[in-house]
Order: sequence, then structure tokens, then C-alpha cells
Amino acid sequence: MTTTSPPAPAAVVTAPPSRRARVRGRSEWKGLAFVAPFLVVFLLVFIAPVAYSVYLSLFREQLIGGNAFVGAENYLELFADPQFWEGFGRVTLFLLIQVPIMLGLALVAALAIDSARLHASGFFRIVIFLPYAVPAVVAVLMWGFIYGDNFGLAANINDWLGSEVITPFARNWILVSIGNIVTWEFVGYNMLIFYSALRVIPTDLYEAAELDGAGPMRVITGIKLPALRGAIVIATIFSIIGSFQLFNEPNILRTLAPNIITTYFTPNMYAYNLSFAGQQYNASATVAIVMGVITAVIAYVVQLRGSRKEER
Amino acid sequence: MSATIAPEVRAADHKRADAASARRGTRGPRRRNSPLRPRKSVAFTLLMGIFVLYSLVPLAWLVINATKTQSGLFSSFGLWFDDDFVLFQNIWETLTYRDGIFLRWFGNTLLYVVVGAGGATLLATLAGYGLAKFRFRGRRAIFAVVLGAIAVPGTALAVPTFLMFSQLGLTNTPWAIIIPSLISPFGLYLIWVYAVDSVPTEILEAARMDGAGEFRTFFTISGRLLAPGIVTVLLFTVVATWNNYFLPLIMLSDPTWYPLTVGLNQWNAQATGVAAQPIYNLVITGSLLTILPIVIAFLGLQRFWQSGLSAGSVKQ
Repeated sequence: MTTTSPPAPAAVVTAPPSRRARVRGRSEWKGLAFVAPFLVVFLLVFIAPVAYSVYLSLFREQLIGGNAFVGAENYLELFADPQFWEGFGRVTLFLLIQVPIMLGLALVAALAIDSARLHASGFFRIVIFLPYAVPAVVAVLMWGFIYGDNFGLAANINDWLGSEVITPFARNWILVSIGNIVTWEFVGYNMLIFYSALRVIPTDLYEAAELDGAGPMRVITGIKLPALRGAIVIATIFSIIGSFQLFNEPNILRTLAPNIITTYFTPNMYAYNLSFAGQQYNASATVAIVMGVITAVIAYVVQLRGSRKEER
Repeated sequence: MSATIAPEVRAADHKRADAASARRGTRGPRRRNSPLRPRKSVAFTLLMGIFVLYSLVPLAWLVINATKTQSGLFSSFGLWFDDDFVLFQNIWETLTYRDGIFLRWFGNTLLYVVVGAGGATLLATLAGYGLAKFRFRGRRAIFAVVLGAIAVPGTALAVPTFLMFSQLGLTNTPWAIIIPSLISPFGLYLIWVYAVDSVPTEILEAARMDGAGEFRTFFTISGRLLAPGIVTVLLFTVVATWNNYFLPLIMLSDPTWYPLTVGLNQWNAQATGVAAQPIYNLVITGSLLTILPIVIAFLGLQRFWQSGLSAGSVKQ
């Protein structure tokens, strides 16, 4: 962080001590004034809710005695709750399969667009990115209708084949169906992250590679992929966060497949339904804290591994 | 979290770049095409066309089916038009259904986007600039906390925020949507990395020598230099607020304050249940009307946000 920050203003460095202190004091006040509005709102909508959930997760409404401190009891109960683990297992599975596919596709698209072998590469870039601008609700409704038995493409294909071959809402397929929607929404966003990182590779590297007689594949493995490492780490972290907080897609699809998608399909749906269907606010806050901690730890580990590879 | 990655990547890049330029003796400007100058390939382009199809088929489905009547939806092939072309009737019906509630939702969405995304961009710009261009105590701590916040799932905060806001009496008001939208940690990060390079400290020094106040300098000079970064952050916050679903879903129970996303889903849910009243044609047409403004904004402003994004990614 400090390596990229600007050098101290010259006036501060050359001024006598008393003046330096005064200038520094003024600068300090002014810097804070720029940051203060953000900080005030940040405290209200980030820090306060986190603190409040920690508080909620340590208390419980009891029939006798009302709201009482229960220590780790909410956590122990959650850890013994099969519904929580079922949802957790599901998003973990989702994470392990959907994220590599999505990032792999995004990487292929970014390398292809950067390769200069495509006609109209600008068109490819914007069209592949376009789904990111589509609201999750509309994306899910659209795909939900396409999947649907009534008037969707799945129904058209099944009619044509004369049998129920494509059943996106079947128990075995629902996670694949959701994975497809999420991939469709975010592959272009990740492509753009990778593509932006590819664009800033210094041309000299390519010229050197050309002099050394490296082929296109060698350029990809020797120059492009190493240069993408930071972008890949960031995209992976964002995707992990996205998978663990999976909510919109299954929750909206629930209208179309109510028997398959349970109220505890993902941890976030569980937290939501505990709160708004069951009024179990303390249990809900506990789910939120546990998922937040797990996400943060995994994101941290990915980041550590990513930067360790860079040092090699 | 990204800050710790950034300097290493940069250092590594520079080292490689220096080695390469030492070998060549010169540093040529960045050329648009790969220096290996491959020939454009039709076969490769067609292969990549699969990606385009994947991205566009659902959108094409939406456009095509917005032209059908409800019964036409069931009787015709999904990816081709029906005999009746009723797009304009559908649009009219969508806009006038239940005394024009769709327009009300559209207005609500605009309100949340203008105040929420506009405010988020302003706060992120001021703070990112402050962190990049001033040194003060607690600066590193602020930065670490804000970056950590990027990793906190937004939905994990939603339930506690709801409980807090309901105690403050803010639920079921526009404030419940606007206030949480005002914070964009990623926006702050983007402006921070952008400001470090694009606003030269010498210019700020010169302005100070001339006696200009810091805020005047910010609005007259720095703001302009930061413009591509600001547009990028604005577009991403606009998308985030335009597409916001979870937060309004839990904060609002009164349909008159719904944004389009929650309203559309309510229309869709109307098709099931005891007193089912399916209006699939309106859900589809409404979906199309919902994505049009945001798609147009993205296409129209792509020159700006793409330059801002690649500048931001220099550090990534």
C-alpha cells in the first residue's frame, strides 16, 4: 500500500518543524474531511449491522426471562443443524464446479478477444459482457421461462423429441440449471477483468517473445497467464463470495419449482427464511456470522496462495 | 485484500518490462494488436460465435416473446414469432396494469438509482481521493477495513440491517433502500488506485501555492482528471442499484415503494397459489422494459467505462 502512495508534499519536507507540524495538522484535517462522509455511512450500514449480528447471535428470546445471554449456544445449535449443513454442502459443491467452469470460459473468451485473431473483437467483448447488465431477477425469470414445461424452449425440445429428455427443474438437475444462470450472468464480467489485465501487458514482452521464436501457446503460458495471476485471484475471491451468498437465483426459481428448492436450499435462503418466515432472528444472525467468517477465511487463504505463487 | 496483491504484481511487471526493454534497447508504445501479428481467422471467429449465441439467445427469447399474447406463448415455438404481433398492446398493458403500478416502480427505481448510485459514487470518489492524496493518522486502518468489507457478503448484512432499520423506523421507506446503497467499497478501491496515478501531486501543490482551497481544487481540477474512473464507478453502482433485489425484498412490504425487480417477481409469483392470476405476457414485456435503459446506458457509455476499468486494473 505504502509503496504506491504519493511522496510527501515538498513543502512539508523542507519547512521548519513548527510549520511542518501545522501543515501536517491541516493536511490531516482536510484528508479526513474527504473521507468522513463515507466513513459515517460506512459505520451505519457496515460496522453497526456486523456488531448487531454478533450481539444477536449471542442472545436468545426465551419463554422464561425474555432476551437472555446464551453464550455460544446459538452457534452450537447451528453446528448440529442438518438443514444448515445441507445448504452449506450445496453451495460448496456449486462453488467447486460452477466457479472453475465460469472462470475457465471467461479466460478463454478474454484470451481469444486479446489474441487479435478474431474479426470484430469489440463486438464479441460487448456482447459477452452484456448479460452482466441484466438484473438477476430478469435473468432468472427469463431462464426460468426457457427451462419451463409450459412454454419454454425445454418444452419445445421435449415435444419435438416426444419424451421428457430435458428437465431443468428435476431434483438432479436444478443445481446445474442454477449454475447455468449464474455462469450466463457473470462470465462476461470476469472476462472483462481478465481482458483489462491482458491489455496492460507491456508490448516489449511480446516483441521479446517474438525474437525468441515463441509460438502463440508459449506466449499464453509464458507471458499472458503469469500476468493474469492477480486478476485470477481477484475473480476467484469474488466468485467464492458470490457462491456462498447464493440467494437470488434459487429464491426466484422457487416460484417455478417449489417442491425441489427448499427454504434452506442455501445458507442465505436459510437465514432469510429463519428471519422472515420464522421470526428466529438470533438463529438467522448466527447463520450470517458463520457464513461471513467462513467466506472471509477462504478469501484470505486464496489471496495468500495467489500471492505466494507470485513470489516464486 | 487486493492492496497486498497490487504492488507485487506491479513490481513483477516492471521487472519483466525492464528486462525486455534492456534487451531491445527501446520501449515502444503499446500497439493495439499482438506483436506476433497473427492473421484474423474466420474459423476461430465462428467458434467464438458460440459465446455470442449463449449470451444473446435468452435475450432474443425475451424480445421475441414480448410480442406474443399469453395464449400465443403456449402455442408457438419459443424462438420464433407467433402470428399475432402484440408487442405494443403488451407494452400498453404493462404500463397501465393496476393503475400504472409499473410506472410507479420505474419511478422508484430511478429514485433509488439517482440518489443511491449517485451518492455512492460521490462518497467513494471523495474518500478514495482523500485516501490517495492526503496522509493522515488512521489512513491505513481505514483502507484495511474498507477492503475487508469487500469480502463481506452483502446479503449476510441484509438481515441485521433490516432489524436495525426496523428499530429506527426506516423500513418501508425509500431510505431503507437508499442508505445501504450509498456505500461501495469496490468503488472506493477503484478511485483510490485511479487517483494515485491520474492526479499528479505537483498539480495539487501548485494549486495550494496559488492559495486555492482543497475542496475547490478537488471540484475544479482533480474531479476532471478522475472523470473516467468516476464514470466507471458510477456505471457499476448504477447496475448494482438498478438490479438490487434482496435488500428491497426484505425492507419493503408496501408495493408502492417497490423497485422494478421486486415488482416483476411479484407479478410472476401471481401465477401460482390459490387465486392464481397468471400475467406471463406482462412479466415478459416488463422484463424487457426493465433491461432496456440499463443496456442502452452500458452500450452508450462503453468508451468511458472501459478506459476506467483498464486503468483500475493496472494495479490488479
